[in-house]
This record gives sequence, structure tokens and C-alpha cells, in this order.
Amino acid sequence: MTTTVPAPRASLDLADAVRDDGSLRRFLRGLPGVDQVGLERRSATLATRSIKKESKLQALDMAISMIDLTTLEGSDTPGKVRSLCVQARRPDPDHPDVPPVAAVCVYPDLAGTAVDALRGSDVAVAAVATAFPAGRSSRAVKLADTALAVDAGASEIDMVIDRGAWLTGRYGQVYDEIVAVKAACGSAHLKVILETGELAGYDDVRRASWLALLAGADVIKTSTGKISPAATLPVVQVMLHAVRDWHRATGELRGVKAAGGIRTSKDAIRHLVAVNEVAGPQWLTPDLFRFGASSLLTDLLRQRRTQALGHYENTDRIGTA
Amino acid sequence: MTTWDYAPAPESAALANLQPSYRPFVDGAFVDGGGQALTTVNPATEEVLAEVGTASAQDVDRAVAAARRAFEKTWGPMPGAERAKYLYRIARIVAERSRELAVLETLDNGKPIRESRDVDVPTASAHLFHHAGWADKLGYAGLGPDPKPVGVVGAVIPWNFPLLMAAWKIAPALACGNTIVLKPAETTPLTALVLAEIAAEAGLPAGVLNVLPGAGDVGAALVGHAGLDKVAFTGSTDVGKEIQRTLAGTGRRLTLELGGKAANIVYDDAAIDQAVEGVVDGIFFNQGHVCCAGSRLLVQESIAEEFSELLLRRIETLRVGDPLDKNTDVGAINSRAQLERIVDLAAAGDAEGAVRWTSACPLPERGLYFPPTVFSGVEQTMRVAREEIFGPVLSVLTFRTPEEAVAKANNTPYGLSAGIWTEKGAKAMWTAQRLRAGVVWTNTFNRFDPASPFGGYRESGFGREGGRAGLEAYLSA
Repeated sequence: MTTTVPAPRASLDLADAVRDDGSLRRFLRGLPGVDQVGLERRSATLATRSIKKESKLQALDMAISMIDLTTLEGSDTPGKVRSLCVQARRPDPDHPDVPPVAAVCVYPDLAGTAVDALRGSDVAVAAVATAFPAGRSSRAVKLADTALAVDAGASEIDMVIDRGAWLTGRYGQVYDEIVAVKAACGSAHLKVILETGELAGYDDVRRASWLALLAGADVIKTSTGKISPAATLPVVQVMLHAVRDWHRATGELRGVKAAGGIRTSKDAIRHLVAVNEVAGPQWLTPDLFRFGASSLLTDLLRQRRTQALGHYENTDRIGTA
Repeated sequence: MTTWDYAPAPESAALANLQPSYRPFVDGAFVDGGGQALTTVNPATEEVLAEVGTASAQDVDRAVAAARRAFEKTWGPMPGAERAKYLYRIARIVAERSRELAVLETLDNGKPIRESRDVDVPTASAHLFHHAGWADKLGYAGLGPDPKPVGVVGAVIPWNFPLLMAAWKIAPALACGNTIVLKPAETTPLTALVLAEIAAEAGLPAGVLNVLPGAGDVGAALVGHAGLDKVAFTGSTDVGKEIQRTLAGTGRRLTLELGGKAANIVYDDAAIDQAVEGVVDGIFFNQGHVCCAGSRLLVQESIAEEFSELLLRRIETLRVGDPLDKNTDVGAINSRAQLERIVDLAAAGDAEGAVRWTSACPLPERGLYFPPTVFSGVEQTMRVAREEIFGPVLSVLTFRTPEEAVAKANNTPYGLSAGIWTEKGAKAMWTAQRLRAGVVWTNTFNRFDPASPFGGYRESGFGREGGRAGLEAYLSA
């Protein structure tokens, strides 16, 4: 006798959770805890999956199509951004079957350059806003920063949460700010960066994930890439649990973005295994899972060629933006 | 929805260095046993792996006599520091040949290569290393300033962890200065015989270790042998009782590590995702062929519904199949007889009114497999709650209060292990103090370390293996 897994439970009373500061605090504190030892043990097991042959090729292309190709340097120029956009459209001109990446991610003042360079392609333009990466400015500045990116045509906004407010327990302030930025985004997708390397452990990551989801985040994102540790498998696992539970509670699909520190195909594939097995295969799409990376693409292309050619390809044979 | 199937990632069977035939190891040499040869099969395919010569009653006599000679002439009088060198050498060779041993274990037993590679072989090696360290420090074990070995040990081990159980018996026996005659299980004799080969390679003096393959008759001849000073048995409760009857009144020492029906108690404040993971690990590790498997889930009623949903979702992701595939989570059932027993007990669950849920995962077309199965609505009186199934079958019961959880957990003839899942330290301690089980894990399950003692209460046996406590069985103070 075989039956299927039971359907998700009726939705939690989420509206009540955000009624005021007190109820928000009680809701977040009421979430189940995360056990560090068990979590890291499961991550270690997920990392032992052996992905070879066709499934590796599929994973490499999947990973490429999920990349937010990123440049976030003080020294960024329109030339650098245009160069990145060319690679984003056609990551490997020698192999036209390689899919384009999901988006190009830049600072707000360069969003317009990226929009122009990517016109006519399916590659989205993402801009970090809200006084990235520290987020240490007034709300007015953060909203103006967001408006700058949205007005330039960015269709995705990556905001940082106020870690100072979070760590002092001012959850309502963090919530309000996400809601305000979400409103300023208009139709643009909002990715909320938790900067997990600055939070106080895995319980905090789970709470911050839920807070961002409650406030309307389309995607919860690990890191700015400026802080180490950034995207680790255990942290991403906790965030995948959060979007899975959000889906069980509301029926809505929200995404996760693993950003910072993922440089190799091997690491990227481990994250895809986690997406597949922790949240579910439903999340294996650029709409619901992203990599924020600058150098990962080169290694994915290299591995892809290695699979096709049967030998390890020299990196100088692959164009790098 | 994207489907992403993992391509098969089979480990090479050739690494096992499988021989067409294997023979008993007596007095430092592989010999033709006088018993009827048996064949050992690969449970994943039911194909014959090798022919294995078995021991006759005369071979048992010869092995015990060889062990006696070695005990009196070489091994017993040898300084502990010297014995340690041999054990270190064996431990090192086990580690060096780990890949070969893992593949051979998986072929013979049916367990996933992921487990034989990551758990069985490394833990066996760790056990040998740990006890090598004890060999010259026995005076510090708390058993008197100069404890002595008991003499010749007869050990009979089961098929669920063939190499690991061999190491669990051999390492402490030898470290303490005893010699040993080991009988591996009828269906899984191969890695114990390779371990004998490793001992020979390490230069272990003749007679110190003897390995006698065979069925229950060889086991009975061994444990009943008057030339032994101690018997160590791991296996079923029924056989354990038989052995205890045989040894009663003989003055020979005995330790028994028998069956179990462990409870995994999940309180409503547990870290839920990790508790799900631990429950899955507790029952589906090694296809549930684990005497300390967490085969009874006791979940607090207030979270029972949510926990069950998450648990079943997680179980659906377990990959059942070719044990040599590195991506397989649940492998083959070791023998047809065991598969039939699992099928029968599961049918009893249906008949008594429990609700069966079966993972929809695909099963291989040939070989011995049983899909991950969960019975809900189980009550204490049902057979699926009381009898050891020794397979991938979980029974789910609920409780309302900690008192009820403890009462239900203890309401079993067994008492080997238990698990507690809670974020509250005080509650974990309160519960652990009240559970009648030899091993109680908190917020984890199935963790084995050579330094921590393992063993049971009641029908789960007596005596401890591992750590300082485990030495006691092999020493006279």
C-alpha cells in the first residue's frame, strides 16, 4: 500500500505575526531551533553526493543559468560593466549551447549601463541598493538609492538588512525597512541580503529569513560578498528550510540566493544538491535559486569544456570578462 | 519542474580483489576446513560472490588449541608495548586497504558504499588504533594495578557490520593480552577473513587470531568449547539466551550484545529539521540492520502532524538501490530470510491496524530490497512496536508528557539505546536518567566512538564494548 506525502498544513496566522513589534518578536522567537551539529552533519553528507557524467553536465548548465554575474568594486566603470554584459549574454562563444546567466549585478549608478548593454537579451539587471554593503545610512538615502536603480531600469534589487538594528533586537525596524524598500521596488524583484556572516548563529539566520519573507522578500540572500564567511552549505540549508516552510504555510514560492565565496563548480554543485534535496526539485530554477558570483562562471565553463573534451581545459582558452 | 537525476556513480567492484574461494584461518595459516563449503552471495544481485570453506568440530578444537598455545607461549607473556605495535600495524593496514575493504563489505553485505566507506571501515580502524593505545596502559584502566588477560576468547559476530564487529571483538581481546577464535556470520564472512590476512601481513604471531567461517553449528561448537575462558557474542536475543544457558555453571565469562527496539523521543521544542534528520538516520542507516536502530519514534502530540509531514517528505528523498553506487542511501537487505522476516512483520502491522506508508522511491528489479516504510497509528501492544524488525521500518507512536514518553520508551523487553531530541538541557538530562537503555544519545543518533562504552540492559544483553569499561570483559583484576 502506497500513499503520498500529506498535503501542507493550513496556513499559519502570518498576518498576526507582524501586527506589532511584540508579536513579531514572539513569532521569530517561537520558530523551531536549529541544531548546529546536526545541521553541519547533514551538510557534510549532502557534500558527498557524487555528480558525474550527464547529471554533471546538466548541473553545470543549471548553475550557469542561475548566476548573477557580479561586479561590485569601487573601481567599476561602464567599460567593465559592458564587458561583463557581453559575457553574460553568451558566456562561451565557442559553445553557443551554453545558456546565458540569469542577471548582471552592479551598483545602482551603473544599472543604466547594464540595461543598455543587455537590451534584447533575457539577462536581467540586478542592482545592489540601500547603502550596500554596510547599509549604514538613513532610510531616506536607502530609498533614494533604490529609486536610482529602479529608475535606471534594474528589474532586481538586492538590499541589505540593517544588521545593527537586527543585533540590538529592533526587529520591527528591520521589517519596516524591507517593506518600504519593497514598495520602492515597484515591479522589480526584491532580494534581501541577510549578511549571515554577521548574524549570531544559525537560529538567527532562520529568524532573519522568516522576517524577510514576512516583509515581502522575493528572494532571501546570504551575503554581500564583502564579509567572510559568506555562503556556506549549512547557512544555505537553513534558508532553504525557510522557503520550504514558507511554501508549506502559504503556498507561495520564494527564492534563495547563495552569494559570496562560491568559486568552484564543485561547490556550486553541492549547493544544487542541497536545493534539490532540502527544498525540493521545484526550486531548481533561476526564478528560485541564484548564485551571486564573479569568478564561478569561469570555472563552470572550464568544467563544461573538460566534460566535453575529456581533458582539463586551460583557463586562458576561455574568455573572462 | 526541473528533474535532475543523479547519474549512476558506481564504485569499481574490482577494488574488492574478490577471490573465487576463501578458507578458514587457523594457527597463522589459511587451511582447508573440514566443514561443508558455503557460498556467499551479493544481496544486491543474489549472485554468488565466492565459495567459503567452513570449520568442522575438529577445526574448532585445533583453533582453540592454537589460541591456547599462543596465549601461553607468545601473546600472553608479551609486554603490552610490544602487543601495541602489532595492533597499530593492523590498524594502519586496515586504513591503507580501506577502499578494498569497503567495496568487499558492500558486495558481501549489501550496505551502501557511502556507509562502508565513511563509517564501517574508518570506525573499525579507529577501534584498532584506540585499543592499541590501551595495550601498555592496562594498569590505568581502573581494574587494579596489574590486570591480567582472561585467556582464550571465543567470539561470534553478526552480519550487519561484519568488519566493524570483528574489530570490536579482536581489538580489546588482543590489546588485553588474550588470544581469540572468531566466527563471522554465515552470510558475511569475507571481510573478517581479509582481516585475518591483514593480521598475518602485520606479522601477528600464529594462533593469536583464528577465524572460522561457518553457520550456527560452528558457532555452537565454538561457544560450547571447554577450552575457552570467555565468550563474546553479538547477535539475536534468542541465540544469546541459548549461549547463556550453555555457559551457565561453567565459570566461563560471557558478554552478550543482543537486539533492541530503541525509542527516539522527539519533544515539541526540538530543532525540528535536525530531529527529522536524526530519526531518518536512526532507522534507515544500514537498512535498519542495526541493533541500536531507533525503530520506535515517540513524538510529542503537539507537533506530531507537522513532524510526520516533514519526516515523510525527507524519507521520500532517500535513494534506494545499487549499494556500490556512491549516491545510494539505502542498500540491499542482507539475505532472503531476513527480507521475508521484514515482510512478515510489516504484514503483522497491517493486520493489527497500524497505517502503513511506503516511500514511492523506485526499487531495483533484482536483488533483495525493501522500501523505506513507516507505520503510523502504532500502539504499544502491537508487534511492530514490540518486536525487533531489523529492517527499514519505523513505527510512530505519540506521547503527551515527558512521563508518558519515558514510560512508553521503557515499555519493552529490550534496553540497548535511545534518543532524545530537545533544545532543553535539563529536560534531556531528566529523560536520560529515566531511560533504561545502555546508550542514550541526545540530539544525535547512531554515533560510535571507540572511547565510549556500548552495550545493553535486559534482553539487549550485558557487558560493555569500547572505552575503559569495555576492557573489563577481557581482564582479570
